[in-house]
Amino acid sequence: MLLTQQKLRPAALRFEWRALKPHAWVIYLFMLLAATASHADDHNPFAGDPKAAKAGEYEFRINCALCHGLGAHGGGRGPDLTRAQKKHAHSDAELFQVISNGIPGTVMPANGTNGQGVGMTDEEIWQIITYIRSVEVKAPSVSAGSAAHGKELFYGDANCSLCHMVEGRGGRLGPELTAVGGSRTRAAIIDSVRNPSRRLAWGLTEATKEFPQEYETITVVTADGKEIKGVALNEDSFSVQMIDGGEQIYLLDKDKLRSFSKSRESMMPTYNADFLSDKDLDDIVAYLVSVAAK
Amino acid sequence: MRGRVCIQAFEMSVRLWKSGPLRAASLSKAEAAIRPCGSLGLKPGSLGLSSRGAEAPFFHDPSGRPVKMLGTGCPGATIKILMTLLLVSVFAIQGLAQVTFERLLNSGKEPQNWMTYSGDYSGRRFSSLDQINTTNAHALTAKWVFQTGATGKLETSPLVVDGILYATAQDDRAFALDARTGRPIWLYQHQLPGDIRPCCGRVNRGLAILGDKVFLGTLDAHVIALDIKTGNVIWDVIAADYQKGYSFTVAPLAVKNLVVTGVSGGEYGVRGFIDAYDAATGERKWRFYTVPGPGEPGHETWEGDSWKIGGAPAWNTGTYDATTNQIFWPTGNPSPSNRGEGRAGDNLYSNTLLALNADTGKMNWYFQFTKHDEHDWDATQVPVILDAGGKHLIAQANRNGFFYVIDRATGKLISANAYGKTTWSDSKDADGRPIAKKEASPTLEGHTVCPGALGTTNFMAPAFNPQTSLFYVTARDQCDIFSTAPQPYEAGHAYYGSAYFPSEEAEPYRGFLKAIDPATGEIKWKFEHTSPTWSGVLSTAGGLVFTGDAEGNFIALDAAAGKALWHFQMGGAVYAAPIAFAVDGKEYVAIAAGSAVYAFALP
Repeated sequence: MLLTQQKLRPAALRFEWRALKPHAWVIYLFMLLAATASHADDHNPFAGDPKAAKAGEYEFRINCALCHGLGAHGGGRGPDLTRAQKKHAHSDAELFQVISNGIPGTVMPANGTNGQGVGMTDEEIWQIITYIRSVEVKAPSVSAGSAAHGKELFYGDANCSLCHMVEGRGGRLGPELTAVGGSRTRAAIIDSVRNPSRRLAWGLTEATKEFPQEYETITVVTADGKEIKGVALNEDSFSVQMIDGGEQIYLLDKDKLRSFSKSRESMMPTYNADFLSDKDLDDIVAYLVSVAAK
Repeated sequence: MRGRVCIQAFEMSVRLWKSGPLRAASLSKAEAAIRPCGSLGLKPGSLGLSSRGAEAPFFHDPSGRPVKMLGTGCPGATIKILMTLLLVSVFAIQGLAQVTFERLLNSGKEPQNWMTYSGDYSGRRFSSLDQINTTNAHALTAKWVFQTGATGKLETSPLVVDGILYATAQDDRAFALDARTGRPIWLYQHQLPGDIRPCCGRVNRGLAILGDKVFLGTLDAHVIALDIKTGNVIWDVIAADYQKGYSFTVAPLAVKNLVVTGVSGGEYGVRGFIDAYDAATGERKWRFYTVPGPGEPGHETWEGDSWKIGGAPAWNTGTYDATTNQIFWPTGNPSPSNRGEGRAGDNLYSNTLLALNADTGKMNWYFQFTKHDEHDWDATQVPVILDAGGKHLIAQANRNGFFYVIDRATGKLISANAYGKTTWSDSKDADGRPIAKKEASPTLEGHTVCPGALGTTNFMAPAFNPQTSLFYVTARDQCDIFSTAPQPYEAGHAYYGSAYFPSEEAEPYRGFLKAIDPATGEIKWKFEHTSPTWSGVLSTAGGLVFTGDAEGNFIALDAAAGKALWHFQMGGAVYAAPIAFAVDGKEYVAIAAGSAVYAFALP
């Protein structure tokens, strides 16, 4: 919703102000007027064109899929774009603006600002939008689950909030989940609950990480024989900063430890169907999706 | 900006970046504070030589030379005389001599200096200084930090000559520092247009030095000679059209009277080349196109007109063998980088080591590491000249995961051994060269290949220590999903033809410093980092190896066994390569991290 009211310059017109020579102002003014007059950035010339959607699919792979995932189903950082309801843009024109200008305050960059050249042409951006429209799931992606009941479970019987925080309430050991309902598909959230160790935090490179942490499980034995098990907050070759189940933070030098081990077996228990029914899990997902959509 | 200027409100910026002649149209905020000297800038009573060096601004004297001004305000006549006296005495003490080709050739005679990208022509990144050694490395301490003010990745490898350190930073900054204190002597920033086409950040890997000049390649494909004492532009030539994707990120190599450099742009469908310019005038003496044109040998390895946009850039610094007068320069990927359709053939001389006659640029021999590459495995890693078992060799730890040893007289392959996780090749050709499995090619659906697109190693400089006879290289184990994404060529637009992704099933990436025995290809030891690093490696006669990590540590290790002996947290990830030098009998080790350059020494 951030950019809907704002009329922004199309990508082709963006250039460095500081390099502008005085007489270029005249030309720039003319270009700006011309662009405004033709409404170049609010009409998708390829809407519904399957050929453009195919070209857009390839452009999407090259430019967007690292964060938004192959098939636009969401990656580590980037939201699932196959949902009809999107947070920052609804119309094609809004999508164009988001792709061209990025989303301030998020890691979504403006086209051409990732240190990799001049970015996509307007035509390529419209192709990508055409592709996104072609893979959107028209049915609402929010499940039939009850968000209200999901919230009860999250903070109650399902014990999620012992380790996870949503909107400032909950535990600190696991990832904060306020936005997760928007960034992951339903299937991915369900998989994370049913098989928490299959993948810890998503995204293996800095560019694609959804959380700053990996949430690896660390077990150390200190010099005086005390065993501590917890989650790594940070680590380098010489030190580790971790938090245990009691939410105590430990700052440790590796060379002073009796033992140090790291595992990708999550500290989160596996929630199988006996423990949490499909229906209840649906409700929790509905809750997370409803929070993220705010 | 060549006239007499002084700086008001100098506290707005710790330093002033000097610019090229076109800079006038792009005053930065700090520079806007510069005013012509006049009554406004004069502060009577503040012109004396103060000891407050930290507040000292720069200004230009009438000849255009920036002078370090002690105190604040604008220079008066008296102060000019004082300054002149000061400069005379300083230079008399320093005795800054010309950096002749003979000095570069015999750099082993002056281990206190680091005069080429890799420290000498062999590419070994080895320092024979041993004041800092395995017995005292634990006591190393930071001596100074120079904040460049640039953002992004600092990939620079500094040069040091006679007590002055020369380095570069993002957006084509170059600077000279007092190597003992880190205090700037001059600062230069090339004026870049707004629509440059870097592939991978607005980076620069360093300068070359020869005579009384340093040489900078820029992101808009200029080659520039700067005066060694002032940073003034001596000549500035345009090598290619940046709007078509050509750029320079490489540290040039000065050989004889030439400045040799290689172009970047493998992600833009450029036609790669290696150039040599007359160091005195900037006149281009030769150009070797890394993609042969019609009628030239190798042209038949390209399908149709694909050679015109065939890539094969040359973006990392080569090495030089004076005995045979050959420059060894490696090349990068064919374009488009991840899609072989449309460029059937071996695609010479992409991913190739070229042996060129230094005087003419004519090719003596070549060795292609990865034929018809579809995984972006540029072979641009430094080719290291070394002798082992009485043989004259050249060794390269390649991005494709194999460590190659080649006879440097003939270009004949001697051995190729995997030094990291590789799945793309399970056989070798008659020459012993690993060849790709058919199923390693990217597909529309995408499938996993190791190493990933970033390679087992990349631009990070390796080191060879003649005392341990070990080759040290930063390595990563990472696999990627490679998927094709057919894309038409459009001049000046990124041209990959494919996309790659972290493999979802893959283990977390692992990063190492590995010590390889070039005689056998065996890995003698490895040091595992917390995560993969982009740092280069330095080795010294003190029995040490230095490297940096992604978590911001600078680390000294025992060169023989790989044990970490010391580390310092620099607060920024490392993308640069370390160097060693000495001033006034004191050994220093320097490296860039975050947006700063650091120097370390014993207390």
